[in-house]
Amino acid sequence: MSTTRRHFSAALSAIALGTSLYAVPAFAQDTIKVGVLHSLSGTMAISETVLKDTVLMAIDEINAKGGVLGKKLEPVVVDPASNWPLFAEKARQLISNDKVAVTFGCWTSVSRKSVLPVYEELNSLLFYPVQYEGEELSKNVFYTGAAPNQQAIPAVEYLMSKDGGSAKRFVLLGTDYVYPRTTNKILRAFLKSKGVADADIMEDYTPFGHSDYQGIIAKIKKFASEGKKTAVVSTINGDSNVPFYKELGNQGLKATDVPVVAFSVGEEELRGVDTKPLVGHLAAWNYFMSIKSPANTEFVKKWSDYAKAKGIAGHKDKPLTNDPMEATYIGIMMWKQAVEKAKSTDTDKVIAAMAGQTFPAPGGFMSTMDKENHHLHKPVFIGEIKADGQFNVVWKTKGPVVADPWSDYIPENKGKKNVPEMKKK
Amino acid sequence: MRPLFRPLLLLLAALAFSHPARALTPEQAGKIAAGDSDDRVAALNERVAAGDADLVPFVQALLDDAVKTAGGKAYVTVDGKTTIAGSGEAATAPADAEDVVNNNRMRRELEAALAALGLFAKDTAQRAKAVAALKDGADEAKLPLIEKALAAETDAGLKAQLTLLRAKVQIGASDPAKRVAAAQALAASADPNTRSLLLEQINAEQDPKVKAAIQAALDSVQGTLAWGERLGLLFTGASLGSILLLVALGLAITYGLMGVINMAHGELMMIGAYATYVVQNLFKLYLPGFFGWYIVLAVPVAFLASAVVGAVLERSVIRHLYGRPLETLLATWGISLVLMQTVRSLFGAQNVGVENPGWMSGGLQVLPNLVLPYNRLAILVFALAVLVGVAALIGRTRLGLFVRGVTQNRRMASCVGVNTARIDMLAFSLGAGIAGLAGCALSQVGNVGPDLGQGYIVDSFMVVVLGGVGQLAGTVYAALGLGILNKLLEGWAGAVLAKIMVLVFIVVFIQKRPQGLFAIKGRSAEA
Repeated sequence: MSTTRRHFSAALSAIALGTSLYAVPAFAQDTIKVGVLHSLSGTMAISETVLKDTVLMAIDEINAKGGVLGKKLEPVVVDPASNWPLFAEKARQLISNDKVAVTFGCWTSVSRKSVLPVYEELNSLLFYPVQYEGEELSKNVFYTGAAPNQQAIPAVEYLMSKDGGSAKRFVLLGTDYVYPRTTNKILRAFLKSKGVADADIMEDYTPFGHSDYQGIIAKIKKFASEGKKTAVVSTINGDSNVPFYKELGNQGLKATDVPVVAFSVGEEELRGVDTKPLVGHLAAWNYFMSIKSPANTEFVKKWSDYAKAKGIAGHKDKPLTNDPMEATYIGIMMWKQAVEKAKSTDTDKVIAAMAGQTFPAPGGFMSTMDKENHHLHKPVFIGEIKADGQFNVVWKTKGPVVADPWSDYIPENKGKKNVPEMKKK
Repeated sequence: MRPLFRPLLLLLAALAFSHPARALTPEQAGKIAAGDSDDRVAALNERVAAGDADLVPFVQALLDDAVKTAGGKAYVTVDGKTTIAGSGEAATAPADAEDVVNNNRMRRELEAALAALGLFAKDTAQRAKAVAALKDGADEAKLPLIEKALAAETDAGLKAQLTLLRAKVQIGASDPAKRVAAAQALAASADPNTRSLLLEQINAEQDPKVKAAIQAALDSVQGTLAWGERLGLLFTGASLGSILLLVALGLAITYGLMGVINMAHGELMMIGAYATYVVQNLFKLYLPGFFGWYIVLAVPVAFLASAVVGAVLERSVIRHLYGRPLETLLATWGISLVLMQTVRSLFGAQNVGVENPGWMSGGLQVLPNLVLPYNRLAILVFALAVLVGVAALIGRTRLGLFVRGVTQNRRMASCVGVNTARIDMLAFSLGAGIAGLAGCALSQVGNVGPDLGQGYIVDSFMVVVLGGVGQLAGTVYAALGLGILNKLLEGWAGAVLAKIMVLVFIVVFIQKRPQGLFAIKGRSAEA
């Protein structure tokens, strides 16, 4: 009996060792633990893996300058494997077992919705770095990506302008989950307010990991030939984008005929796709790698050096940066400033200190955390895909745009304030 | 005057007529390169309408992103030499010169301009290219050029296309007679853009006579387009069917003939896809000149890799479990997890990039609204080849005879001297090898990652069960049938609902007909 028990405990400690593989066994008192909650496998790994590396790079940078409050940061990396319930489990593990002070993580809205109750219950902090659909405002989350009015709506306005091709008909195409569904609901209401009839809008969804886009492309072609100028708004997420763009190129649907504007496709997702047939298709973001500014040159160089030093697959030969990476980087730097201002990593004190924080963003502007609504003020860029997989910025807002998480285009949102509700203790 | 000379003379006259405004000046080039899109388009069209031949290299440079602007001048850099557009004198661009950025609209205009100027090329093929490129860019500004080209054109096919182009512009003319003529001409078009153009016009049209003409043209165009749509649907269905057939063929042997519920079938496909990836990387490293042909070597390598893994599995695990379906199911499921984790440790959890060889990108334009992508065509042909190979192997060879003998009556086969253990191993690795071929094909259309097989395991069982266990022909019918059914439903109800409806259909079908589409007739050996 005793031998089995010994075996059992040995196995247990082996598992424990395995899970803390990334955690450097340093002196626990002298470090502040930082959770990293990004899918490193499964359908979302294509987008999220690089965000994990961005957090690690930022932590290295902070530690090299002496850490925060005189303590080094210690990353705790977990892999929720594109499995939404597992996100909640891993989040609980990070907060309760590893005692992290803050977590950087999630890409899909469904994963964020899955972890949200955990962060609210345990009163911990999450920095969410990706553009999303709004309709949510938690005091425990800082949203460093774009709200719909900072990405989706300006992009559609551009498509309707003369330079964007004066589109009159729209295909709203997405992966079947909360972000595309909600965004398309907002866009539909927005288009209606601009006088676009329901018959001129086609909405279509595909499951996660869908790989056969022949039928969808054929449908788009048919829809486009049935009336005025058509544009496609794509909220396809994850690795489905690769077969989608491959099929788009192979079937010869050119950007000059039917432009496709994507909200979740950046430099990283287009790696490995032959972009020559895709020239001119669009993406709307708050940052592009091709933006020319001293801050961006420095950011790209930092990332290239880091990727080379760590031998990050793909990036060591062809380093790429993208919008969520920038948002992740801004998030962690602002968190550091807030902790230093609050002189504590206590959740409520850090939340109070976050209000009004500023940071010179790699995008070449001063990024400001709103005093109340937990979102950043950011400018909007629209880029066209170039033959080398980079983006040409063809349009941008004059200055930073204030986020409006509760979109005015959804009638139920009337009277909702862009301020998180504080729970009574 | 002999008719042969007329076009030539007309062309000469046209060139002579436009001579005074011919040369592109640096100021004009600067206006085309910089400023508001509206102004740039206006400046460009002004030069195009003048038939300015100097414009061609400049527009090409703009399209190639080789132009910078500063101080109202455009600097063109070609082959490392920078010149000022319009004057041609060598210069270096100032340090504050900005790259000219062309958005979709500018690019469309530039391409149309290039095409319009190319209408007068000497080479017929070049002219044909110009006419095709102008298909979507014809507008008022190009009308004089189109007219001129139409008068000069000698090739009957091109003439017809130019007439269509002119009609596309004239459908918006102010003269009703011209509009009627244009509508009548457009009836012969089979271009999807014509339909949207006509639909737009018919709503704006007031004159009942013209309206009737447009309606007639619209009906005719729609009739032509409907064929393209139907054929397109059939092709996408057949293409999905060919993929289903490939993924199910291996299983038709291991499950259908041998009765092994092989849950690791998807992972054997995944191994085939990774084998393709490895071959691709080797070609990239050692034979970059022959990169386009890596797939030729990848096919046998994928087959062998999966077949070897299959043989090892059969010898080490599955042979101990013959006749115990439940244990086989659990064991092979466990194996699938082991294989996935192994690949994850070897290649990383992320998807790996498998590039299409160059000849597989793009597609074959069959009808104006029907493009058959080369990679899908290649897979269709490949699936047929594999099917013929497997059918021949099972039906015509000694090995196939043994496989059928052993699966029908193991003891009898053993009695007459067949080494059943060896046959089991060969049959199983054949099934695994075919799964590897499927993986190789899948790498050309989808993503290659450790969980590639998971997405196809349900599909492959579905096809084999629906077709009738133990029947190759049933598998073929089931794969093509499901492919076309899926695409029909997808067009009607969307991809998410289509998937659900296909599953419901199969559940109901199996309830009514558990033996599948085709059942083995006669006395079964196991009965």
